[in-house]
Amino acid sequence: MRAALFLIALVVLALAPVAAPWLQFVLTLAIAKGFAALGVAVLLRGGLISIGHAMFYAVSAYAIAFLARAGVNEFVLLLLLGTLASTVAGLVVGAFMVRYRAIFFAMLNLAMSMVLYALISKLYGITGGTDGMRLAVPSFFGVTLDKARFDTALYYAGIVLMVGVGYGVQRYLASPLGHALSAVHTNELRLEYLGVPVRIVLLIAYTISAALAGIGGAIAAMAIGHILPEFAFWTASGHLVLVAVLGGIGGVAGPFIGSLFLEVLHTVAVGVTDAWNLIIGVALIGVIFFLPSGLYGLIRRRSGEPA
Amino acid sequence: MTTPLLQAKDLRIAFYGVKAADGVNLEIREGEFLAIIGPNGSGKTTFLNLCTGYLRPSSGEVYLDGKPITAMAPRTIARRGIARAFQIPQLFLDQTVLDNLMIAVAAKRGIWVPFKALGAQGRRQDAEELLALVGLDREAKQLAGTLPEGRRKLLDIVIALALKPRLVLLDEPTSGVSTIERFTLMETLMGALRQAKVTALFVEHDMDVVQRYADRVVVWDSGSVMAEGPPSEIFKDERVLRNVVGVA
Amino acid sequence: MLDTLIPLAVDGLASAALIFFVAVGLTLVFSVLRVLNVAHGSFYSIGAYVAASIGLWIAGAGLNPWLSFPALILSAAIVAALFGPLVESCLMRWTYGKSEAIQILVTFGLFLILEDLQRIVFGVSSLAEDTPMQLLGSTRIGGVVYLNYQLLLIALAALVVIGLRVLLTKTRTGRLVTAVVADREMAQSIGINTNRVFILSFSLGVFLAALGGALATPTAGAAPGLGAETMVLAFAVAAIGGLGQIEGAALAAIIVGLARVLAIYFAPELDAVAPYIVMLVVLLIRPYGLFGQAATRRI
Repeated sequence: MRAALFLIALVVLALAPVAAPWLQFVLTLAIAKGFAALGVAVLLRGGLISIGHAMFYAVSAYAIAFLARAGVNEFVLLLLLGTLASTVAGLVVGAFMVRYRAIFFAMLNLAMSMVLYALISKLYGITGGTDGMRLAVPSFFGVTLDKARFDTALYYAGIVLMVGVGYGVQRYLASPLGHALSAVHTNELRLEYLGVPVRIVLLIAYTISAALAGIGGAIAAMAIGHILPEFAFWTASGHLVLVAVLGGIGGVAGPFIGSLFLEVLHTVAVGVTDAWNLIIGVALIGVIFFLPSGLYGLIRRRSGEPA
Repeated sequence: MTTPLLQAKDLRIAFYGVKAADGVNLEIREGEFLAIIGPNGSGKTTFLNLCTGYLRPSSGEVYLDGKPITAMAPRTIARRGIARAFQIPQLFLDQTVLDNLMIAVAAKRGIWVPFKALGAQGRRQDAEELLALVGLDREAKQLAGTLPEGRRKLLDIVIALALKPRLVLLDEPTSGVSTIERFTLMETLMGALRQAKVTALFVEHDMDVVQRYADRVVVWDSGSVMAEGPPSEIFKDERVLRNVVGVA
Repeated sequence: MLDTLIPLAVDGLASAALIFFVAVGLTLVFSVLRVLNVAHGSFYSIGAYVAASIGLWIAGAGLNPWLSFPALILSAAIVAALFGPLVESCLMRWTYGKSEAIQILVTFGLFLILEDLQRIVFGVSSLAEDTPMQLLGSTRIGGVVYLNYQLLLIALAALVVIGLRVLLTKTRTGRLVTAVVADREMAQSIGINTNRVFILSFSLGVFLAALGGALATPTAGAAPGLGAETMVLAFAVAAIGGLGQIEGAALAAIIVGLARVLAIYFAPELDAVAPYIVMLVVLLIRPYGLFGQAATRRI
């Protein structure tokens, strides 16, 4: 039943830009943010909430901008190197972060992301400050394309990545390492007494979550073509947290579903109101009050499985 | 004279002026079932915490197989062969009983497996065998949080056993278990321990359990060992009867 | 040398005073409610906007400029009265006893809401009203010129430290608060109205944050984005001092304030980063902050 739903969803996604071309950009961005939100969701499994995860999204985007300026201009290379940059950043930051839990962890992540934002905004000479950096259209597997065709190629590449990486993350979460991550949240003491080095389990999770945000940042950078400090701003992190919570921490599809839903909503709402943060804030509180398992939980419950 | 499996030498620790351990000297020999009895607050759980790295003594040493383990972290000591069961069962409450055990088995064999399923590579079989050993196999699919206290205790203990330890420390294994179930629990447990050739130290308040199952009894009082010997001797000792057991 | 260092030190202490107000509010709310309010910084920026708006109105209406002083305190009181009881009883109270994840998410949601509310009410432009600073002028001591307003800030901060300590130890209300901090359930079972303690404590926290923002307007004004900046800075200071420690927050604020001015003097691009470097160093050595305490034994 779920496999059928999944295939239908994929087909719809693949055909959507044919039906409504304006959707392609929105959906590409939704997939990008979905990746980053998946990163947040992975950490949520371990009971850790990062309210600064946009920093890894931004690190990848800016890394790509720098690489492009240095002459690297191929999609695959940019994607891989951008993600690598975020992964390394995640490893370094994570090594410090995993000593902490709960609110300390959350706030430290927020603080670090705001420091990054401040640095990016101020170092005009390197990062272009608040003007940001522009990205020329990369070549796609060696083929030079115009913007429109590249965007389409990027979109379908995004779908493929979503399925492939998503599957990998699902295997990770179902593995002993993934279960150890949940176990940290449930009973860290017990895990320690079973001989498991909890910090390393968390560090691995943190690094993976940074890598996921990096994939998202890379896709977004190449889709938008203009990289700004706002990529690291705390409200961007807030958006990711809402998507992760909305999608429910039940599965890998959740954050992508949540992201698609929210991105379409945003596109519609922008025409009506300016108070997008307000909406997100209310939605976040609302979801926690009324839908603790998120949208994904809603789907699971209907197909008869326990949430 | 073989090296004792676990040896505590002159352990001392104090909390806010209260001497929870006041020069503890104790040996546990391989293969024996050692019971620790004593009034509440005499420092029995503190002793277990000192042996497993949860607390660091202000002075004194703990030796495993003659090698000092005093300053090590709980997870290192766990890897060296000492497993612990807790007074309040420490379980993964929102996972099934089977999952709890599979995580324990994975922890023992190596948790660094990122892509195979939790139950793969024989972990499921090992976990199911362990559950069968203590009679928890019927509840395998139940959430650990829904188990009654006695079964939780048993699960906590068998999780410790998943580590295939050389020494298991049990903190009041029968507390919270009804008197009728106590016998079944201890019979099952002791049988499993004997079969796996595990040395056990258990802190107990139930003197019938101690009398029946302990090879040796150590009596705790005010942070140190007051008396030790086989149950038959201990339960004849005047001081023990007065301070610990309570004579009518 | 001294005549550059001393004004720098005063600068540092004055900015320390401002951040102390926010940080001590945060740490106080954490200590009583056991919730770290991620939206706390918003009260600072809303306080700043309210104070600047009232100040501008006073100037525009041609009233006595000395009214701008009580106006600052009044702004903080307005913000506290408006948001304190409302937010505590509708939002914060719902999170007590729930998992920390819920507390973080709910207060974060509040942060997003307040940020947009502030933008909707006050717009995206910065406001400035420096009458109080102008009125007080400056003094010259031994060849160095001091802004009297900065000296006032430092004095007020010292007053708040002493005042809070006196409040908690000598007054009846203060001792009720201390009881609730020590053991919430126990306090309830001996008949203390914990709900009232929570509302009071939270509102006091809001007041202090808004006061910081209000007092900051004559020198720094009110600008968008102030909420987030202040939040992470207040957290850094509270963390350095140890969560729940009043004197810790004071000491931490002084250290951070001085670190910032040193950075401005020697490496200006790093001035935003300096407090976090301090936090990193302190937390690496003492993970719970200078005066913080680890949790008690669980098994």
